[in-house]
Amino acid sequence: MIDYKSTMKIAINSLKVNKLRSALTSLGIIIGVSAVIIMLAIGQGASKKVQENMESMGSNMLTIRSASVKTSGVSQGLGSRPSLTTKDAIAIGKNIDGVDAVAPVSSESKQVMYGNQNWSTTVYGTTPQYLYIKNYEVESGRAFTLEDVKNSAKVALIGSTVATEVFGDVSPVNKILRIGNVPFKVLGVLKTKGSTGPFDEDDLIFIPITTAQKKLFGVSFPGTVKMIVVKGVDSDSLNDVEKEVEGFLAFRHNIGKNQTNDFEIRNSAEFQEKMKSTVNTFAILLASIASVSLLVGGIGIMNIMLVSVTERTKEIGIRMAIGARASDIRWQFLIESFMLSMIGGLIGVVTGIIGAKSVEFFSTDLSVSISLFSILLSLGFSGLVGIGFGYYPAYKASLLNPIDALRYE
Amino acid sequence: MALIEVKHAIKTYMTGEESFNALDDISLSVEEGEFVAIMGTSGSGKSTCMNMLGTLDKPNSGSYHLDGVDVFSLSPDELSDIRNLKLGFVFQGFNLISRTSALDNVELPMIYKGIPEEERHERARKALKIVGLENREDHMPNQMSGGQQQRVAIARAIVNDAPLILADEPTGNLDTKTSIEVMEFFVNLNNQTGKTIVLVTHEPDIAEYTKRVIRFKDGKIVSDEPKTEWMKTRTRQT
Repeated sequence: MIDYKSTMKIAINSLKVNKLRSALTSLGIIIGVSAVIIMLAIGQGASKKVQENMESMGSNMLTIRSASVKTSGVSQGLGSRPSLTTKDAIAIGKNIDGVDAVAPVSSESKQVMYGNQNWSTTVYGTTPQYLYIKNYEVESGRAFTLEDVKNSAKVALIGSTVATEVFGDVSPVNKILRIGNVPFKVLGVLKTKGSTGPFDEDDLIFIPITTAQKKLFGVSFPGTVKMIVVKGVDSDSLNDVEKEVEGFLAFRHNIGKNQTNDFEIRNSAEFQEKMKSTVNTFAILLASIASVSLLVGGIGIMNIMLVSVTERTKEIGIRMAIGARASDIRWQFLIESFMLSMIGGLIGVVTGIIGAKSVEFFSTDLSVSISLFSILLSLGFSGLVGIGFGYYPAYKASLLNPIDALRYE
Repeated sequence: MALIEVKHAIKTYMTGEESFNALDDISLSVEEGEFVAIMGTSGSGKSTCMNMLGTLDKPNSGSYHLDGVDVFSLSPDELSDIRNLKLGFVFQGFNLISRTSALDNVELPMIYKGIPEEERHERARKALKIVGLENREDHMPNQMSGGQQQRVAIARAIVNDAPLILADEPTGNLDTKTSIEVMEFFVNLNNQTGKTIVLVTHEPDIAEYTKRVIRFKDGKIVSDEPKTEWMKTRTRQT
């Protein structure tokens, strides 16, 4: 038989009476809720950014490299024994299910020249499939075709960094670019990807793999490539595809049961999983630090409510004398602390959103993402804090003996 | 059955090694419509008796029936309801809730009774009008004189239409003129609405307004007489 509306009115009234005290008590919750929202926004922003970067790097990808060779006990690093060939790549594409696209890749660092401008960049010899696997798009001109690969045409696709560094304001399409003194016709310019991590993914040139092998790179074993990239149909089957590719290549390369493979496979999903879990751990860490301040705010509420109960002992006695049940008294103080924390929570949501937006505004590296979930979570949490930390003072108030409470001065 | 029926109430307090009886086998009965003064010096047990009548305190033994209900067998929640519905308290120190308007103070017992807001306002206004404070509804207790505060407290005591008003030294903090006003109000209340009023006082002048005087001494009732009888002994004493 509790009249919530009236009890609410009583609670608001007593909060109004001690305005400064109420404001300062709520401040703890305001700071806590803002901190949770800002930290969650930064965490989620980071994980979103990582996700985007992952996608631009190519997802569901297997990278196969020649294995390392040990010369007199010294490991020479991956690809030091060229064992993979263009034919391996073609065979994988033909024989293994669940493969979306395959591309052989060889790369070398080269000096490029146009007019009196020159620039050092990485030249990738590959097939048009590679662009698809790595999510490269053509900005102007066109990509080279399988026909170009077949003919070992001296054509090139250049990244946007190369375009600006070498060509400046001139349109590079159909111009002749000298790569290591070999003239190539520029077919097109790639769309800017933006850098992910330490690598500038726009500072590169793509040419047909055959052209690279025959005319540009000094290849000691003809037909070999540095690596083969495989794109799986989806992330679920990628592990199966990896196993199949491994068995298939081992068979092709005549690797015996007790011999080590002459190649190594890296699974991008594994790497992505690791990245994701790292970012998530980071986000959880941030949120838990923030929620500590929310807890501290809750302790502030409890402190003030205990003071308030002691201060208003006489009032409690009067209420009990005129017919308030213990539960009425408990509700009164519980609603008071709940409102204190919810008002703090609502203000905290507003300041949290403003805070997160200004983080984004003032920082060039951090991106934030405010989700409805984080708002509801922090509001719900502050409500729980209000009830949790308000319960003991309210319970204490309801236990008072009316005679003693009435005599209290 | 009488409105108040107390039988053999004993309340014992321990002070250090010794114990003393604040109520020493008290039996008392008050009919509906009576106006009773309980007199005695401090420590005579009159306040303990009042707390017992107000269901705030429980003696160690004995029984108390209020309006036919065996009070000592009730749960704390049921006692709260009894206080809310059957009793109206008026205290020496007024005991209004501070920083709360006169109207809100009067509405309080009705909130715990669960009366809807509209009706609450209406009845509180009516009660304030009865005590002559119709234009002080929004005043806070600290903006009113002692007499006005006590009248708000009386309005609060009568607003739930409880049959019994318990007044503990209601004029103790008031000057003579306002004391007379308050007592005349109690007399009118008793005469016109037939409400039972039990009043604790140590001033014979105040007790004169009542119809029956009970005297306490050392936890015992030493005399229980109608006012006319008591007046004779009183003149003798003073």
